[in-house]
Amino acid sequence: MRKRHTPKDRLITVALHVALAAGLFFAAFPIYWMLSSSFKSNTEIFALPPTILPKAFTLEAYAAILGDPVKLRFFFNSYFVAGAVTVLTVLIALLAAYGFSRFNFRGKGSLNTLIISTQTIPPITLLIPFFGLVVSYRIFDTYIALIVTYLVFTLPYAILLMTGYLNTLPRDLDEAVAVDGGSSWTALWRVIVPISLPGIVATSVYTFLLCWNEFLFALTLTKSTSMRTVPIGIQLLMGQHAFEWNQMMAMSVLGSLPLLIIYLIAQRYFLAGMTAGSVK
Amino acid sequence: MTRQKRSRHRLKRAVAPYLYLSPSLVIIGLLMLLPMVTVIGYSFQNSAVLRRDPSFAGLKHYQAIFADPVFWASLWHTLYFTCMSVVFHMTIGMIFALMLNSDRINPTLRNILRVLYILPWLFTAVIIAVIWRLLLEPNGVVNSILMQLGIIGSKIEWFSSPETALHAVTFANIWAGYPLFMVSLLAGLQGIPKDLYEAADIDGAKAYQKLIFITIPQLMPIIISISLLDFIWTMQVFPLIWITTGGGPIYSTEVLSTYTYKLAFSSYNLSQASASAVVILLISLGLTLFYIRYQKAR
Repeated sequence: MRKRHTPKDRLITVALHVALAAGLFFAAFPIYWMLSSSFKSNTEIFALPPTILPKAFTLEAYAAILGDPVKLRFFFNSYFVAGAVTVLTVLIALLAAYGFSRFNFRGKGSLNTLIISTQTIPPITLLIPFFGLVVSYRIFDTYIALIVTYLVFTLPYAILLMTGYLNTLPRDLDEAVAVDGGSSWTALWRVIVPISLPGIVATSVYTFLLCWNEFLFALTLTKSTSMRTVPIGIQLLMGQHAFEWNQMMAMSVLGSLPLLIIYLIAQRYFLAGMTAGSVK
Repeated sequence: MTRQKRSRHRLKRAVAPYLYLSPSLVIIGLLMLLPMVTVIGYSFQNSAVLRRDPSFAGLKHYQAIFADPVFWASLWHTLYFTCMSVVFHMTIGMIFALMLNSDRINPTLRNILRVLYILPWLFTAVIIAVIWRLLLEPNGVVNSILMQLGIIGSKIEWFSSPETALHAVTFANIWAGYPLFMVSLLAGLQGIPKDLYEAADIDGAKAYQKLIFITIPQLMPIIISISLLDFIWTMQVFPLIWITTGGGPIYSTEVLSTYTYKLAFSSYNLSQASASAVVILLISLGLTLFYIRYQKAR
């Protein structure tokens, strides 16, 4: 119905594209600047006028990060903790989601509300009692301390996400197993799990990202450099050499790679995980 | 099936959900609900955590916090930081979603821009903090661009002068957080029935009228629920502020989370920190209750 190609209409289209370009600058320039700075020498980063493309392209910052066993350890720690939490969260959340999705039981509604509300508990509130617990169980500065605490934060949302997914699967599938005399446990592993892969992937992506990004607990519950994760490593790097900006940017790029890769290959799952809680 | 078998089956069906839920409930109970009770307990003790036999302190730690001007400053900064962030997340998210949804742009360009506009979302708070520290360095690129354009006369120390620090961290957080709104609103826009717009076209409605009378009312449920979630989450922000300003200079960016953290782990006053943590918990719970009520009403 819209009239096309009138001068006014063309003007609106042009204005829209100008606005889109401005939006692109706003969204992407800081990231572009991080990327280009990571390929510059430290003096070039603050050159006047600023150089948009690195004039003397160098990989020295990356070499410095990847050649340092201390920094590689940060990456190992982050991958290890996030990986372990992801496996545990998905398993435990899958069981809970199966319970929520396939059974009717007393207290279902209130348990569901409880799980929704635990998502918004401020981390700082739990930090002090966790610190007390971790110290008294002598697991301060260990992987266990991080894995257990992260599990608490990833679990509620993972349960909601998995429940949402299982609810979309037809019930006749597992009822068929029941008719054949199989238990609900058999139905879960033989029927539900194999067709739940998309839900499992979305939950894993979400859980992994949450752990990869975690800062407050990693800062407080670990102490030795060999136990630190990437976010804390970046902070340490900033304290040690306050002016090695190119190394800091290289480390930030390397620290963002898992998220970028997951986003690019599993965009659908990524968005499903990040927005499932808010859009229903 | 015999009757016995059937009743056993029924019993199994009745017990099974609790078994499936038990690992989650144990973890949430022991590591979420119990610690919440513990922290409330700590807030009424002297030398909580640090001593084995802490004495009862009554409301002493709460009084100490409410008498502390830094606490009130932190509360005010938290409120400013959070309100500004949510309002701008929503505004920018809405504008970007509407632009991307326009049929005036070519679909390939739309897909590319959608990916690029989401970018800030993919970065960890710590990395966002480091990026903005580099950008806003006194000798950094933002100052040099602004000076070349003649907008500012001299280099501004964005993060280290008390007048600009709070605005600078808020700006960094606005940049980091709008994609949640954008993605959700974009999904919402695609769900609005086309015939609403067709009917409006027949009535000769103008573009802004369609926006005000169709688009925004249709998106209202998403706007409200995401605003509430965003508000609750932004209120709890820690790493961004910790890395950019650490709450300084002279407490000018101190927020409730950094205030509590410093009480606990710089001054080792864990009792008073617990009291402050309980205050944060109460504010969050109030908002959460509101959120759940809203979700149920839908």
